[in-house]
Amino acid sequence: MALPATVQADLIKEQTAAEPAVIDLHGLSVSFGRRPILRNLRGDLRGKAIGLLGPNGAGKTTLIHTLLGFHPPTAGTAQIFGHDIALDAKQIKSLVGYMPERDSFIAKMSAVHFVRLMAELSGLPADAALERAHEALFYVGLGEARYRKLDTYSLGMKQLAKLAQAIVHGPKLIFLDEPTNGLDPPARQRMIQLIREIRDSGQAHIVLSSHLLVDVEECCDEILILRDGQIAVYCNLEEERRSNRKFLMLETRGDQSGFVEALANLGCEYALSGPQRMKIVLQDGVEVRDLYRLAAQTDLQLRRLSYKRDSLEDIFLKAMENGNGSL
Amino acid sequence: MAVYEQTYKRYAGPLTPEWKRFLVIPRHEYRAAFKSKLFTAFFVVCFVPLLVEAILIYLHHNANALGVFRLNVRELIPIDGSFFQTFVGLQGGFAFFVALLVGPPLVSRDLRNNALPLYLCRPFSRAEYVLGKMSVLLILLSLITWIPQLLLFLFQSYLEGFAWFKDNLWMASAIFIGSVVWILLLALLSQAVSALVKWRVIASALLLLIFFVPSVLGEIINQLFLTRWGSLISLGALMKSVLSGLFGTFVRASGHIRITDFDDQVVRDIVLYEPPLWCSWAVLFGVCAICLALLARKVRAYEVVR
Repeated sequence: MALPATVQADLIKEQTAAEPAVIDLHGLSVSFGRRPILRNLRGDLRGKAIGLLGPNGAGKTTLIHTLLGFHPPTAGTAQIFGHDIALDAKQIKSLVGYMPERDSFIAKMSAVHFVRLMAELSGLPADAALERAHEALFYVGLGEARYRKLDTYSLGMKQLAKLAQAIVHGPKLIFLDEPTNGLDPPARQRMIQLIREIRDSGQAHIVLSSHLLVDVEECCDEILILRDGQIAVYCNLEEERRSNRKFLMLETRGDQSGFVEALANLGCEYALSGPQRMKIVLQDGVEVRDLYRLAAQTDLQLRRLSYKRDSLEDIFLKAMENGNGSL
Repeated sequence: MAVYEQTYKRYAGPLTPEWKRFLVIPRHEYRAAFKSKLFTAFFVVCFVPLLVEAILIYLHHNANALGVFRLNVRELIPIDGSFFQTFVGLQGGFAFFVALLVGPPLVSRDLRNNALPLYLCRPFSRAEYVLGKMSVLLILLSLITWIPQLLLFLFQSYLEGFAWFKDNLWMASAIFIGSVVWILLLALLSQAVSALVKWRVIASALLLLIFFVPSVLGEIINQLFLTRWGSLISLGALMKSVLSGLFGTFVRASGHIRITDFDDQVVRDIVLYEPPLWCSWAVLFGVCAICLALLARKVRAYEVVR
């Protein structure tokens, strides 16, 4: 017998809550010598694709390296899928793939040989590793060039080969550090498309570190903005967009009193930001056409009606100004 | 993630046991090394002394063959500790040149191309990385040193009889320990040099210098100060002492110098004493420890600028 829809929804909610976060930060701090790089990072990241943003030197790469076990935390810890980075490093590394920012490959090796070696080091048997290496290279679009030596590749091809080695063992979480660095527009588009395909497959979570806001906006559903080694903002882009759709700004002419009274009766929150300006938060079930109807009934002219549209750039710039974790 | 399906798919098949993943590295390195015909030819040449050794052992036990070559068994080198020591030393020389060809690029190539993060972001530790790279040399050098030497020891035992085998079993342990110490030293030194220098040619040159410059310096010290303590800075001399100790041919008083005046009257008679065996072992141990410390410092995903 099928369960009622509400019960099913509750069950799904409970399952989601029970699932460990992709990345759980517990006061993570990292210092190099006496120089603090990451300071007391807290929060649990659950998105399918998490964008890691911040100006140069904010600590994005250090955060990824610490999660990969390259740098030991000086205080606090973090968990990836419920595994502690300090205690279960090997288990974590078997679940993740990493595409480094800098050129990283093994010279005098063909791409297929290189990707196969990386797959074998991840624990795949030799024959499966070879098969997956071919598949990964075809997947990223290097199928025809897979027998060429890596040192003969262009920058864009090297980026794709790095992506291939990061996904060859089919990880559950993929760290991509500046994947579009130095790519021309078509190559960048190809990279973005691949990242979105991986995200949409539902087979892997992605952490995308970039200083290019447009890349993150195109690929990610959650963003974590770092500033001076601290979390400036962590938010769900989709929720942010959804909440923006309910936030309206009006410019009016005439007497507003009847209109605001009618708005209050509808249950909408409002704030007067000037003699002829107001901000409104629409309640569920209230549409924009209801506002036009109310305005007509109260004899008020609506000169301008606009949605609040916070682009990622706005969010980023605000985060850089405030840096207090709120928008 | 099939080639034609073009979708991302997680891998759900079996995984190899963690303990033997380091062997992936030597397998891939051998593929590259044996692509070079020159190296393959040299590696084959390394077996020539072993063939000579086998023939000598065979001749000792075959009167017909001796007759054909018109040789008397007393004219042949006796098969004893010195016989095996000589060949272990000879193979050690070949092992050095193999290490010189294969060792220097092992780590330096990865450092030059920033490949270490790619290794270390996998379930593969730094220790496994070093072990994997070292095993490239350990396996290769074992194939031309203690493995064939022990097989020849067994061959000699087979021809001579069980009593000889029982009486000379210590030789087998000397062959094994002497060879393993040498190849360990070679593997560690070449890895450490490779981790220090990013360029293959410079790493090879440095490895050569480490072996030959201290030998020359040690000999100069010996000659200048009429001593044998200068040998302590020569890795070759140290290994020679250790091998002599293992094969029971080590003599501390290795020579003497007679100083005469113009009338050929002896003014001074100096007996030259080799450094005690424990000193040689201690220096070798120290060199290995330094190499390990260097590797621990250099083999990291990223070097942190503090």
